[in-house]
Amino acid sequence: MVNIPYEPPMEVNTNQISKFISKISIPWTITIGYLTIILLVPMAALILKSSTLGFGKFWEIATSDVAISAYQVTFITAIFAGLINGLMGTLLAWVLVRYDFPGRKIFDAMIDIPFALPTAVAGLVLATVYSPTGWIGQFFTPFGIKIAFSQLGVFVAMLFISLPFVVRTLQPVLQEMERETEEASWALGATDWQTFRLVILPPLIPPILTGVALGFSRAVGEYGSIVVIASNIPFQDLIAPVLVFQRLEEYDYVGATVIGAVLLLISLVLLLVINFLQKWGSNYAEN
Amino acid sequence: MSIIVDNVSKSFGSFQALKDIHLEVKPNTLVALLGPSGSGKSTLLRTIAGLENPDQGRIVINGKDTTGVDIRKRNIGFVFQHYALFKHLTIRENIAFGLRIRKSSEAHIKERVTELLNLIQLEGLGNRYPSQLSGGQRQRVALARALAVQPEVLLLDEPFGALDAKVRKELRAWLRRLHDDVHITSVFVTHDQEEAMEVADEIVVMSNGKIEQIGSPAEIYDNPASPFVIKFIGEVNILPSHAPLFTNNNHFGEEIFVRPHELDILLEDDGNSSRAVVKRIIHLGWEIQAELAVDSWELTAHLTREKFDRLQLRHNQTVYIKPSRVKSFREDSVAV
Repeated sequence: MVNIPYEPPMEVNTNQISKFISKISIPWTITIGYLTIILLVPMAALILKSSTLGFGKFWEIATSDVAISAYQVTFITAIFAGLINGLMGTLLAWVLVRYDFPGRKIFDAMIDIPFALPTAVAGLVLATVYSPTGWIGQFFTPFGIKIAFSQLGVFVAMLFISLPFVVRTLQPVLQEMERETEEASWALGATDWQTFRLVILPPLIPPILTGVALGFSRAVGEYGSIVVIASNIPFQDLIAPVLVFQRLEEYDYVGATVIGAVLLLISLVLLLVINFLQKWGSNYAEN
Repeated sequence: MSIIVDNVSKSFGSFQALKDIHLEVKPNTLVALLGPSGSGKSTLLRTIAGLENPDQGRIVINGKDTTGVDIRKRNIGFVFQHYALFKHLTIRENIAFGLRIRKSSEAHIKERVTELLNLIQLEGLGNRYPSQLSGGQRQRVALARALAVQPEVLLLDEPFGALDAKVRKELRAWLRRLHDDVHITSVFVTHDQEEAMEVADEIVVMSNGKIEQIGSPAEIYDNPASPFVIKFIGEVNILPSHAPLFTNNNHFGEEIFVRPHELDILLEDDGNSSRAVVKRIIHLGWEIQAELAVDSWELTAHLTREKFDRLQLRHNQTVYIKPSRVKSFREDSVAV
């Protein structure tokens, strides 16, 4: 055993600031420090850079026709992708938890592929398969529907990259759900549909909404796959993140940061909504 | 409302959970299905409820053959071990659930829920959520929810199994009083013999998917029908029938059984007794437990305090023991 000599506590400086600092716990200090260098400083830089323009100029760039159209394409497509994945993700999670079938584990693992696959690769694969002559795209060509290189392509890419969120937020909730509550509902005379609507669904709504919101914000920020699958033509299928990159290519750094700052503000609002939903969801949860 | 289980069998794969069960539950009685885990008692309850379908046989509730009838149409109340309350609904809404499904009027729902909240003594807690209640309170809510729709029969699956010992004792006394007021034909599953003895009018002892005995608590204890029942209900000394004790009795089978309180301790040999040595004396409060050795066999005797004081038993003292009653069973399990 090593004998550790006793060290008297250091003299504490009596001024207010060091008194305050000495009360801050180590985990708290690390958390704040980490968030500062990873998140706060870069975000502040973005806001500061775009605010050097003054409000009038900022507003002009932020609300230019091209930018407005890009926000619209981005957010409207992302909302639809989020909603569709809300429905399909719920169904997928349900089947993965409640059904037993050969290959279930493989399907379960496949759900995470959009997380792991480089987005450019995803875009390339989707653009090939959904192109007018591709494996899937060819079936839509006779009806005059073009998927790749259109806003529909943007939609498909967003569906792909936001697929795991609802499934992964819902799965643990479904797994913990007691089957007995369904039996209790039947015993009280409820039909299968009433049981689903009144007993199963209500506790699932908060996690579904959280998953939809997470998937939606992921879709809003997506760049890599969409730049490949879309034709990136303004007023047609140009999304805001691609617009930012186009501005950078034109050495218009200020223009890029302005659009970036708008995206940042909208994302912040969304994340606050997600937090609210999570809080709402845990309101009646058992501790 | 009576329940008749008529020659019901049920298998899960190669495991036969119920073997040819025949059981009649008289109207307005409270019956316990008692047995160790895996004895089929829960499966029997779920089959009566309609949560499981029997492979053969019939379930007749109140004179109607309900075999194959969906649980939704049986009008039964079911209470689960882990309450199975709807966590997203308040206590009032949990109790009102079945009434809402039946499209009762708002006024009637309000009146009935208030009445039931009074019955379960949770008047002030109607607007809380299940997570804000204790286990005992939750189980009372589950009971109120089941009773709200005025079911013909009430089925309870280990209703006190998830509660701690003290709450469990309170709740079962409460259930007994409730049944005396409400008089609904009820069947409850338990593995706790004390619980069955205290609460039930009639006990059905089950083992390995079969009914071992049906009877009142006193009948089951005093006249057990099989070695399983005597071993499962209450304490008993088990000796091989070739043991050189009590040889003047006629025994059957391979084992003989003596209840600890039916084993008399004497200080002098009266010609009919066996010599024993006191190995251990345990004070159980109002009762004394003496552990005795006869040759290589060990027996337990229960004495009253009064008797213990009179005998002044000591460790390693030599005494004489004499059973007042010995039980043995023929191979075909007929008690003698």
